[in-house]
Amino acid sequence: MPRLHRKVVGTTAVVVFALVAAGCTGSTSGGANDNPNAETTIKFWHGWTAPSEIAAINQAVKGFEADNPNIHVEVTSGITDDKINQALRAGGSDAPDVVSSFTTDNVGEFCASHVFVDLAPFFEKSDMNPDDIFPPTMLDYTQFDGVQCALPLLADAYGLYYNKDAFAAAGIDGPPKTLSEFEADAIKLTKSDGDSYSQLGFMPDYHGYETTIAHYAAQWGPTYFDDQGNSNAANDPALNQMFEWQKHMVDVLGGYDKLERYRSTFGDEWGSKHPFMTGQVAMQLDGEWRAGMIDDAGVNFDYGVAPFPVPDDQADTYGKGYLSGTIIGIASTSDKQNAAWEFVKYMTTDTDAVVNFANGIHNVPSTIDALESPNLDVTPAFKTFIDIAQNANSSTTPASPNGGAYQQTLQDVGYDYESGKITDLHAALVQADQQIDADIAQAQ
Amino acid sequence: MTVAAHAKSRPPPRSISRRASRWRNRLRIVAFLSPWLLGTGLFFIYPLVATGYFSMMKYDGFTPPVWTGFSNWDYVFNTYPYFWPALRNTLWFVFIVVTLQVLFGLAVGLLVCHLRRSAGVFRTLYYAPHLAPPVAATMAFVFLLNPGTGPVNTILGHLGLPEPGWFNDPTWSKPALTLLVLWGIGDLMIIFMAARLDVPVEQYEASELDGAGAFSRFRYVTLPNIRPILVFAAVTGVIAIMQFYTEPLVAGKVASGQIGGSGQQVEPGYPSKSTLTLPQLVYNLGFQRFDIGAACVVALVLFALSMVFALFLMRRGSGFLAAGD
Repeated sequence: MPRLHRKVVGTTAVVVFALVAAGCTGSTSGGANDNPNAETTIKFWHGWTAPSEIAAINQAVKGFEADNPNIHVEVTSGITDDKINQALRAGGSDAPDVVSSFTTDNVGEFCASHVFVDLAPFFEKSDMNPDDIFPPTMLDYTQFDGVQCALPLLADAYGLYYNKDAFAAAGIDGPPKTLSEFEADAIKLTKSDGDSYSQLGFMPDYHGYETTIAHYAAQWGPTYFDDQGNSNAANDPALNQMFEWQKHMVDVLGGYDKLERYRSTFGDEWGSKHPFMTGQVAMQLDGEWRAGMIDDAGVNFDYGVAPFPVPDDQADTYGKGYLSGTIIGIASTSDKQNAAWEFVKYMTTDTDAVVNFANGIHNVPSTIDALESPNLDVTPAFKTFIDIAQNANSSTTPASPNGGAYQQTLQDVGYDYESGKITDLHAALVQADQQIDADIAQAQ
Repeated sequence: MTVAAHAKSRPPPRSISRRASRWRNRLRIVAFLSPWLLGTGLFFIYPLVATGYFSMMKYDGFTPPVWTGFSNWDYVFNTYPYFWPALRNTLWFVFIVVTLQVLFGLAVGLLVCHLRRSAGVFRTLYYAPHLAPPVAATMAFVFLLNPGTGPVNTILGHLGLPEPGWFNDPTWSKPALTLLVLWGIGDLMIIFMAARLDVPVEQYEASELDGAGAFSRFRYVTLPNIRPILVFAAVTGVIAIMQFYTEPLVAGKVASGQIGGSGQQVEPGYPSKSTLTLPQLVYNLGFQRFDIGAACVVALVLFALSMVFALFLMRRGSGFLAAGD
């Protein structure tokens, strides 16, 4: 091909490519210039799929539309985070205006990248103070670096389920409140059977479903990051104590290999063969949803729920736990942000709406008023989680711009430490801190 | 006739008509090639160039990309803790699994050719697993190879044999995945069976007349004739195993018992990163950590490795083929 033709073709290709690449890197249009009183339709995407959950959220939407007849909500259910992220990136008329996500860990990225709008100006316009509406921990996991880009849409709280029949058989009066009581009870409730167990007091391994570092650590009140935003795991006494305690529990309950062999006999976490429900374990750290699953499965023992025990030197903080939950935000690409705000405001702050939704899907309500509402369906088991959610010492994991990557790094240390693959915990945590800081630097 | 009239009726100079003819010829060629050009351009060249472009950018998928040079490459190769384990695992799968796949597929393909009775039944039995959806097949294997309650370990225990941890043991997780892959060998069996049936019968008859035994007939008659199929199986096997994603991911998640709790990331490569593969990193970096740039780096490493292996096998294969002629 003659040289001139090659230059023309090459230049054209580069220009076309650059234009297409720019076009494919997302849209940042959108704004809060719409009139919230005008007739409009907004798109709301959520991830719930079970018929009862969809019925509950649709009822909430109908309640909003009744109060705001000019705003119609087009609901799409069963949306996964992959689709949400793609839609938020692309924008356009088919993209959602309001999104809810189960992946709390993504709030850091959503806030840092401004893919969700900052809700502070909307609160100001509505003359509302979020500190008066939401429990502080729930505001904490829906913001990053001072930007409140999301709000909690119901929450999850974690506590201790215990088999009352097994407790009675072992001569234990009630649930443990401190970790030393917990250790003693777990040992008493454990019945070995050769190189396995006929009953295990508690499965401490990190792969034991909800027994993760994030859920355990809340009982010690950890500080994951220092004031400069650097990872603090190696220097934080709370995290170090948590790692040591978990390793100790693994050792006293039979050792890692024996526990892992036993764990491999467990059924699916979300089915009726969950080890707590089959009686394979007498105590389980789990979320508020477990109670409904136990009742539906119709287990043949009496069970109770209590807050997870706390370190002996923090006995006065007993009652606290780990909190997380679904988040909801307004897409920055939406050009109906004012109308979207009216919807988000209703779904997250209207007490009746929050209570009815919580009753519908058996999640913990996410506002102070809803938690105290007399209309909340409160069973004895659910009351424990309500109390945990209201406890001032309950905590969550801080947001980060690269999702839950730092939690995974710490969890990897946990896996290696519990199995005995590493023995120098401090050195491992120092390395983990360096890794976390490097990962966050890469994300910023 | 005047000079002007003669000039008007004179045909165009030969160079102009030749140039026009050459352009028309080129346009005709481009027109015939256009479907391939469009497809290759849209689905190969553009994504490849875009991947290279984004590998040099900081891009989270939401904010505009920012040029960062080779910092993503530096991060992936020197800082990201999952890259080297995933690369080692992927290379393990390439060398071990593809070799076993080809050998096992060849053995089964030759076997079904020699079956006299119920050949159709055996072909069906060997091929059927290939049709199983990968997620269902993996979950079934995790169940069968459950170290505590699985039937395989139960039988091994009764026979007094060691009971491996399979998908729960870093030493055994890759062999367990290898068994899963070999179980689905049906497609290679069909290909090798067809290749074997294509070998001229006269060559076997002639070799028998010359007193060649079974092994000699295999070595000097069967193997040279099916060489192209062996190269094909190896190349496609390498390409497929470089994209090994679903089975190791599902096996790790199901065996670990953690599909992912409320708002959490899941552990990559359970147990102990032993089932981690490069495609899983592309997902972890791109869609869980929002680091599209680093994900593109891993994708390019995958591409480069695939090209290296494919070129090596094609070159060795062509020598292999030439030796057979």
